[in-house]
Amino acid sequence: METLAALLIGTLAACGTLLVLRKGLFRILLGLVLLGQAANLLVFTAAGLGQGDTAIIGPDEQTLAAGHPDPLAQALVLTAIVISFGVLAFCLVLLRKTRARIGAAGVSGLANTET
Amino acid sequence: MPFEFFNPAFCVAALFLAALLVPFVGRKNDRLPATLWALVPAAIFFYFLSGAGPIWQGATWRSSLTWAPELGMDWDIWVSPVGLLLALLVSGIGTLIVIYAAAYLKGSDRLGRFLCYLFLFAGAMLGIAVTENALVLFVFWELTSIASYLLIGHYHEKLESRKSALDALLVTAGGGVALLAGFLLLGEITGSYRIGVWVEAADAIRAHPLYTGAFLCVLLGAITKSAQFPFHFWLPGAMAAPAPVSAYLHSATMVKVGIFLLAILHPALGGTDLWHYTLLGLGAITMVWGALVAMVQTDLKRLLAFSTVSALGTLTMLLGMEHTLSVKVAMLFFIVHALYKGALFMVAGALEKGTGTREITQLRGLMRSFPVLGIAAVVAAFSMSGLPPFIGFIAKELLYEVKLETPVIGISLLLCGIVANAANVVVALKVGVLPFLGEAPSAEPKSMKPTKIGYWIGPVLLGFGSIAFGVFPDATLGRPLEAMVAQIAAEEVTIKLKLWHGFNLVLLLSLVTVLSGVGLFLIRKRLSRYSAALREGVGWNGTTIFRSGITGFLHLSGFVTRTIQSGRLHSYLAVIFSVAVVGLVAAWWKSGYVLSLPARGEIRPDVAILTIFLAVASITLVRCRRRMTSVLILGCIGFGIAGFFALHGAPDLAITQILVETLTLLLFALALYGLPAMREERRAGVSRPIAVTISVAVGLAFTLLTLKAFDVQVAEPVSLELAAKSLPEAFGKNVVNVILVDFRALDTLGEITVLLIAALGVSAMLGTGRSRYSRERLEASPVLSASSRYTAPAMLIFSLYLLLRGHNEPGGGFIGGLVAAMSAVLMHLAYPAQKLRIFRLGAGSLTVVGLATAVISGMPGLFSEAGFLTAQWGPEIPLPAVGKVKLGTPLVFDIGVYLVVAGVVLMLYEAMERSRVREKVEPESQPAPTP
Repeated sequence: METLAALLIGTLAACGTLLVLRKGLFRILLGLVLLGQAANLLVFTAAGLGQGDTAIIGPDEQTLAAGHPDPLAQALVLTAIVISFGVLAFCLVLLRKTRARIGAAGVSGLANTET
Repeated sequence: MPFEFFNPAFCVAALFLAALLVPFVGRKNDRLPATLWALVPAAIFFYFLSGAGPIWQGATWRSSLTWAPELGMDWDIWVSPVGLLLALLVSGIGTLIVIYAAAYLKGSDRLGRFLCYLFLFAGAMLGIAVTENALVLFVFWELTSIASYLLIGHYHEKLESRKSALDALLVTAGGGVALLAGFLLLGEITGSYRIGVWVEAADAIRAHPLYTGAFLCVLLGAITKSAQFPFHFWLPGAMAAPAPVSAYLHSATMVKVGIFLLAILHPALGGTDLWHYTLLGLGAITMVWGALVAMVQTDLKRLLAFSTVSALGTLTMLLGMEHTLSVKVAMLFFIVHALYKGALFMVAGALEKGTGTREITQLRGLMRSFPVLGIAAVVAAFSMSGLPPFIGFIAKELLYEVKLETPVIGISLLLCGIVANAANVVVALKVGVLPFLGEAPSAEPKSMKPTKIGYWIGPVLLGFGSIAFGVFPDATLGRPLEAMVAQIAAEEVTIKLKLWHGFNLVLLLSLVTVLSGVGLFLIRKRLSRYSAALREGVGWNGTTIFRSGITGFLHLSGFVTRTIQSGRLHSYLAVIFSVAVVGLVAAWWKSGYVLSLPARGEIRPDVAILTIFLAVASITLVRCRRRMTSVLILGCIGFGIAGFFALHGAPDLAITQILVETLTLLLFALALYGLPAMREERRAGVSRPIAVTISVAVGLAFTLLTLKAFDVQVAEPVSLELAAKSLPEAFGKNVVNVILVDFRALDTLGEITVLLIAALGVSAMLGTGRSRYSRERLEASPVLSASSRYTAPAMLIFSLYLLLRGHNEPGGGFIGGLVAAMSAVLMHLAYPAQKLRIFRLGAGSLTVVGLATAVISGMPGLFSEAGFLTAQWGPEIPLPAVGKVKLGTPLVFDIGVYLVVAGVVLMLYEAMERSRVREKVEPESQPAPTP
């Protein structure tokens, strides 16, 4: 189970990196999203994968049942998801602005604006 | 003792204060002559003089001002015999220099600034003299370099001035860095930065393996400051400064601090072969070279500068001889040189002012015009030549005597000394006597200014000192010298200073020296051919080499910068990823971790299918070339991951992920609207094989990291404790939400702030201002308009439901806020003319109110025992549909989160929408110009 998740995380990260390293600004953005997903999954998985139970205390219980998923990792990932959304929006605007500023020159055109 | 009543540190502070005030006071009130500022150093001079008695008896006065004791950075203050000498020279000559400068720069609008730097320098010098803590001393040391830089660059409109100032700064401040390294090494060896401690630990220092390094570093600092060969070249260059600076910094005081430092560190570092031979060698070379080059100069100040180099060499050599007598001569010469060289520089400056030239060949017969100046100059020149009854004579006699007393090596040094002294006689005659000899030139000097008292009072007083010390040497200098020698050589000696030693070998040598000097002076015209050749040779000197070295260095750094910072984003990214991977692998390697697959759990078919789906989707995304398709695939991956969360017992995450993915699709659609089609950029990107290699490596690293994470269990997970406390203490069953709004509420507060900043960034980039919706709108479909009228309010109510039940069931502020924002966006899509509102609040108001709510919810905690954001609970109330809701500050906090998240999403959407309408990116009809 965990091995499978680890392989999935690796695949996401590899694809994300490849997107970031190859070609246009838009792909860089896609790659960043994938890398973010990989990182979220990494944190989530590293805390241990549950067997279907939730991190919610049952109706008559006082605490979580044994073998429950880690609530702390979930809390971290939850905020990470929302924040990466904010950052993605920021990057999208940057992309738009960059296109408006330097035209179709793309990434290679960035070097010439640093003056 | 005056030091008890008024700490010497205050004198340093007083000089800095004067530096601060002088530019303003001098300018606003011209009736207050600049000369009056001389009272400051004069007062300090007499202050130190009044406390000198016990110090000359060999005592050292100590005190300490606490600054940063945990760093060992107390300002330890001491007044030692050598330090007192330096303090007296700095304040005494400083007084004369201020008077002189007031005359020299009279009428110049730069006088205020000049005096400011001068006082800054004097304060730093005094700081060096009275500071025992080496680190504080270093600060003052570098401060003198900076002041010197500013003063040399006084005529900053001249290129040569600026260049010379920079040379001096680079050499002396660079040496200062070496000095700091040396101090740090000594600090490591002894565990203290107090020079007194170093002196006591002298044997341990000399035996320590780091001794050589420490000594060489300190030496480098000293010889750069004191212009020893091969670092001497900055000193003649520094003659670009006005004459008062040359007289003060570059002959009497600053260039002596290197010698001063070697002197006070001699008891700690001296006494080894390394010290002995290095200083002897450096000193002798500098002494002879400086004197020979000085002899053939024709510029008055350059001539004096090279002779200063020679004198500094003599001092270094004397300290290297390791003989009590040599130390005594060194200190005597220290004083003598300051007296006559300071005077000669002032004379040179006055002559330049009066005649407009510094060329020796053009200065003749000036005795008639400047009689007082002439007499002072002759006195200084005779003292320099070592003629009786001036103090210079005693110094030179002793110099020869000490060389005669040391076997073998002394003889060669003696020859060097005779050559150097004979050359010095020539220099002295050229500067101090030649300009005043002969008939007056046919044309009278243009300006008669130098007859003013300000010009000659300094040289005259210094000349008077030369005579007084020369006639009554023992009464005036005997005791102080004994104290200084006791400090430097760390042994008690009694010394008798006499003007007349009787007829002996030393006197004979003196006679030979003076006669050969005079002889050389008389046949100087015949030697002019050789002089010119030597001058030419000197033209190819340290300055040239140094400057070409600096230029080369700048070229190199430019090349390195261009290579490393190519400006290509992809290269940077490739480097970042590679470094990250290498770091991970290195850490893995070091940990000795053996890869083992976790055996826990069986493979569930649903998860397996989802995983394969996600892997295939992400690979497809890499290969996809259409923009909109890419966005859709990305959405699929997001939803897939939401499913992954759902399958592993994380309903909150799944819901959040789904909502965020939906909004992401919307944002992408808005952002891509009107952008031209994606084009292949051939040149961009890292080459394919490299990109694939790095990507695979990153993927492997992530996989390994995940697998490793299972194996590492260093402690009980903190979440066990959190889960146990969730219900009894925080009254919530949804542990994730409890963590977000209660246990780790401060983190959440930070996170929603980050979110807000991102949204503000977007707004700022897209232009702020009132929402101005253009007339050009997307037509909403009638179905959407009709349905959203009912669905949108329902969603809003549902979002409140999610918010309120979040503490016990999946939901909460983040999820509720996202749903609320979606309801508003839905309304806007259906009715574009309406403003984006939730509860009648716009995006900006929502975020502000939300953040304020979240912060205020933390306030009650402040009044309890615990701190900010600690939960305070109230009663439990039943609500329809939601069930029982426990009132308390975490609920308020969650409402704040809800509002911020909703507001931020609206803000982002609004900004995007505005930009879509307002600044549509024009479709490119022509290819963009290639750079």
